[in-house]
Amino acid sequence: MDSALLGSGLPTCSVNISINGENRSLDIPPWVTLLDLLRGPLELTGTKKGCDHGQCGACTVLINGERVNSCLKLAVSLDGAEVTTIEGLGTPDNLHPMQKAFVEHDAFQCGYCTPGQICSAVGLVKEGRARSRADIRELMSGNLCRCGAYSNIADAIEEVLGAEGAQPYKEAAE
Amino acid sequence: MRRFDYTRAETVHDAVVALAANPDAQLLAGGTNLIDLMKYDVARPGAIIDINRLPLKDIEELPDGGLRIGALVSNSALAYDERVKERFPLLSSAILAGASPQLRNAATTGGNLLQRTRCYYFYDPSTPCNKREPGTGCSAIGGVNRIHAILGASDKCIAVHPSDMCVALAALGATVEVEGPDGNRDIDFADFHRLPGEHPERDNMLQAGEMVIALRIARNHFNRNYTYLKLRDRLSYAFALASVAAAMEVAEGQIVDLRIALGGVAHKPWRDALAEAEFAGREANEATFMQIADRLLSGAEGQGHNDFKIPLAEKAIIRALKQAAAGRPQDQVVKAIQ
Ligand SMILES: Cc1cc2nc3c(=O)[nH]c(=O)nc-3n(C[C@H](O)[C@H](O)[C@H](O)COP(=O)(O)OP(=O)(O)OC[C@H]3O[C@@H](n4cnc5c(N)ncnc54)[C@H](O)[C@@H]3O)c2cc1C
Ligand code: SF4
Repeated sequence: MDSALLGSGLPTCSVNISINGENRSLDIPPWVTLLDLLRGPLELTGTKKGCDHGQCGACTVLINGERVNSCLKLAVSLDGAEVTTIEGLGTPDNLHPMQKAFVEHDAFQCGYCTPGQICSAVGLVKEGRARSRADIRELMSGNLCRCGAYSNIADAIEEVLGAEGAQPYKEAAE
Repeated sequence: MRRFDYTRAETVHDAVVALAANPDAQLLAGGTNLIDLMKYDVARPGAIIDINRLPLKDIEELPDGGLRIGALVSNSALAYDERVKERFPLLSSAILAGASPQLRNAATTGGNLLQRTRCYYFYDPSTPCNKREPGTGCSAIGGVNRIHAILGASDKCIAVHPSDMCVALAALGATVEVEGPDGNRDIDFADFHRLPGEHPERDNMLQAGEMVIALRIARNHFNRNYTYLKLRDRLSYAFALASVAAAMEVAEGQIVDLRIALGGVAHKPWRDALAEAEFAGREANEATFMQIADRLLSGAEGQGHNDFKIPLAEKAIIRALKQAAAGRPQDQVVKAIQ
């Protein structure tokens, strides 16, 4: 049990959140966002703070499997939720297929937006709605990349979609 | 962010009683607007009532073939619902023209209705703003007002309502179900949001302690000839400079029934039901569409930087009506405007 992680002397609320498969019992002041909880006391600094206002997508994580901007979620509102961050997708020795595809396609330059891009892309694949490159581009429009690695990002996602057999990417992969 | 008390409502009744008891309290749904405004110190609730556990997450069938949409249905769940796509594709289309997949996953139906303006001055507590602090003045009048209203503004406020979803709901003539400590009532969508007048601090007609619990949309015949056309500074992830939700029933080249609502141009989705009725029976052609645009924009007034919105809205109306009449709705993925 993690006690009073951020709460010394401040009013806190108790919540249970599963983070990357591990159940955490946390006492958190209500004004702490999920992003600040992750990066601060939980030391999961893979998730990045870009604009902190939902305008860039760098903080994207998966909550109960759905991609969400963690900067606009109060951690206290997530009692009982399952959160997956970039650290929970794969490890350096055992990369998630999307991480591998990003490396293979050079889908980043500075890398700051990459954890959010990858979490968002994993959410996109799970949603199962992308059928074309135009779909990928539109459905990734919530993740900005200041280096402009967009076309390589789309390549990486296209490859994973093909490998997963999504229509019509299935034909493309065969 | 300032400190606040946090409670989780277990029933709608608990939520509205708590809300009515504390004028300093605000409801928390998806958080995508409220948390943002709290970070900018624009919203300063002393208490947050988290409504995310309330049983308002379903889309239910109505006897007439319409749908009842719970206030906590996410924007994504609503846009991709098979029944909504089939019966009210205008609504799906408008939602998918807005925000981003991540935001739409978090944003809720109720929160979308209640989202506040994106006026730059409203967001900046160091400037006067009648909406944020009544009586301080409006910095946008005579200031930077490129994104502001061309219709229905007042000398107190020229802000616009930023929602895409609400423009479609206005065109479809939805009903808003509201619950307060004293019971329930229905509000016609057209009457839900208000013009700024003397009280720009009030965006809508909810009374203290009331919350939105659902929307109802009656079955209609607008699932073939419709479009949502949104014009903005970049093709995705940007608010509308002007948008048009248009739907019609056409028979033998004539307009049988017309619905048209404008977004990004006023303090509320702009719809003129009287004007719509006058165009019933007219030829569904460009000459008629130009007259409709003239009629809808007859009172339009620019503020300087936003003067361009008047011809922009005019062209958008004509183009949207052509798309609707042809049954060729604007594609929200391939953004080329046909
Ligand atoms: C970067 C960015 C881009 C965006 N782009 C677009 C866009 O292009 N088009 C568009 O339409 N929108 C856009 N949005 C806005 C987004 O749609 C809204 O923030 C969202 O719909 C609000 O819903 P929510 O559930 O998160 O509301 P919250 O933030 O939880 O609440 C917003 C307000 O509604 C009140 N509220 C919530 N639920 C209820 C209820 N049931 N009854 C009464 N009051 C309630 C809250 O108290 C609060 O005052 C964008 C937002 C961001 C951050
Ligand atoms: S337009 Fe309205 S919201 Fe903007 S500064 Fe003026 S009063 Fe405030």
